[in-house]
Amino acid sequence: MLDVSKIVEPDRVRREAYTDAAVFDLEMQRIHETVWIYCGHQSQIPKVGDYYQVQIGRQPMLMVRGKDNKVHVLYNRCPHRGNMMCGDRHGNTGEQFRCSYHAWQFHHDGRLKQIPMMESGYAGTRLNKDSPELSMKRAARVESYRGFVFASLSATGPGLKEFLGKSIVAFDDMCDRAPEGEVEVVPNCFRVIQHSNWKLFMENQIDALHPSVVHQSTGRAAHEVEKQLARKAKAGEALSYHMLSAFATVTIDKWDNFQTVSYPYGHCILAGYMGLRPQDPDTLAYDKIMIKKYGQKRFEEIVGVNIHHVLVYPGLSVQSPLQQLRAVRPLGVDRTLTEIWHFRLKGAPEAIYRRSLAYYNLVNSPATLINADDLENFWKCHQGLSSDGGDWVSLARHHGHDIEKDGTVSSAPNQGTSEAPMRNQMKAWAKYMQA
Amino acid sequence: MKAQHDVEQFLYQQSELLDTKRWQDWVDLFTPDGIYWMPPDASYKTWDGQPAIFAEDKNLMTVRMNRVLHPDAWSQRPLWETNHVVSNVVIEKSSSKGIIARSRFHMMELRRDDVRHFAGSYTHHLVKARGGYRIKLQRVDMTNAQAAYDYVLQVWV
Repeated sequence: MLDVSKIVEPDRVRREAYTDAAVFDLEMQRIHETVWIYCGHQSQIPKVGDYYQVQIGRQPMLMVRGKDNKVHVLYNRCPHRGNMMCGDRHGNTGEQFRCSYHAWQFHHDGRLKQIPMMESGYAGTRLNKDSPELSMKRAARVESYRGFVFASLSATGPGLKEFLGKSIVAFDDMCDRAPEGEVEVVPNCFRVIQHSNWKLFMENQIDALHPSVVHQSTGRAAHEVEKQLARKAKAGEALSYHMLSAFATVTIDKWDNFQTVSYPYGHCILAGYMGLRPQDPDTLAYDKIMIKKYGQKRFEEIVGVNIHHVLVYPGLSVQSPLQQLRAVRPLGVDRTLTEIWHFRLKGAPEAIYRRSLAYYNLVNSPATLINADDLENFWKCHQGLSSDGGDWVSLARHHGHDIEKDGTVSSAPNQGTSEAPMRNQMKAWAKYMQA
Repeated sequence: MKAQHDVEQFLYQQSELLDTKRWQDWVDLFTPDGIYWMPPDASYKTWDGQPAIFAEDKNLMTVRMNRVLHPDAWSQRPLWETNHVVSNVVIEKSSSKGIIARSRFHMMELRRDDVRHFAGSYTHHLVKARGGYRIKLQRVDMTNAQAAYDYVLQVWV
């Protein structure tokens, strides 16, 4: 394997970062299986015994609701013979986990509850009912923030809030927009596999230059329909088309007007551009509820947060104003799964839910009008990067112009297409890899 | 018997339009308020206000069609073909206004050198129209609906 200290330079990255299976194994170990990874939302598992399978790096985990109402994150493995404990992607495990092989039973927090014929079977052996190795192994650390559950498989490192830093705005922005100050999951997960390394997804999410090139076909097609609907004065309906047409009507030269802000640990923000504050009756009704709840001043602050995406490196992309997120699950050096969820703002009118639902269905479903072309590019990138046609990936756009202050890197004015966020991601990546 | 035959012919024609990429003719099979719906799993009762893989009226069908026809729809550039087989056609309800028909489909898709298979059932809510039927609602239940999608679906199944 290439010396990891030679992979990343300030403005370029060796192709092996994306294609070498040994690099992949090392980054799973040093990054995904070390840092805080998003597991899911508390509302996915409302009842005692509810569980979801979660992949953290290469580790199959379970997120489960215990009798103490706490959320636990465990390795999906029976400590007896290694059998997977839960075979379904999600479900309810009842009063306890019960292994399908030899009926060992465990509490929801992983502690051993019972082994059939424990006394007669294990008398005089190295094992007894208090042996720690007879419990299901737990994630080293589990923390939640406003209902969003994270786990770290490393006992050391920054706490969740310190790790998130300013990217915590992803969850604040989402929850603050709810009149009741919290969100609940819409019980459906769209899952899509791309044939490329996970880093291509994280870089693309914050790549302000690509939309007008990659998504032009959908943007143009949607803009035509949008114009027709506007003529028929169906303004509310036209907004869902506007979400699509913005990909094309915001032309390539305009993207420099936007801004990215990058933070420690590789996190970053792309400022908003879709004009999601229209003055239609639905929005005005929502505004009224929000003002009543929060007061005019606080309301203006909440809806004034200007975000398109927040990336929590290495595995989460949050679109807080539209209440959806994509969790990135690397499956291999050249295969990546995204799990895509939508949330409901508690206390908000149905029309507001439906507006962001339209985006969820049009952009994020497996029949996406947008991501189809991203996934095509990811595959093509992987093909090219696997070749000997070149050794480097360039991240040089606007390099040297970034504005850096107290560890925060902003794109310079009118340089929104700066590849600063990718440089920042790879800087964090290199630091993890050499730890 | 005639209705059975007519409905079967209609379904065969619809899948032929997909497999020969005659998108506008395919869209024209729907009534002006027609909906094409693919729920994320079989338990869904309505397309309205729910997560959906597809939930498209004619406006959205037009967006999808024009996107696919745009020269810069990058994912459409490679060799890309489908082959549908429709079978097990059962008329569930028939009245003077229309017909509800259930059927099973199997679609083989070729993209570059890769083959994918999708299977499932159709539920067509058909209304009588000049020269045959129009679709008021087509529900498509994919057997693979809850499985992760290896790549995505780009046009209607």
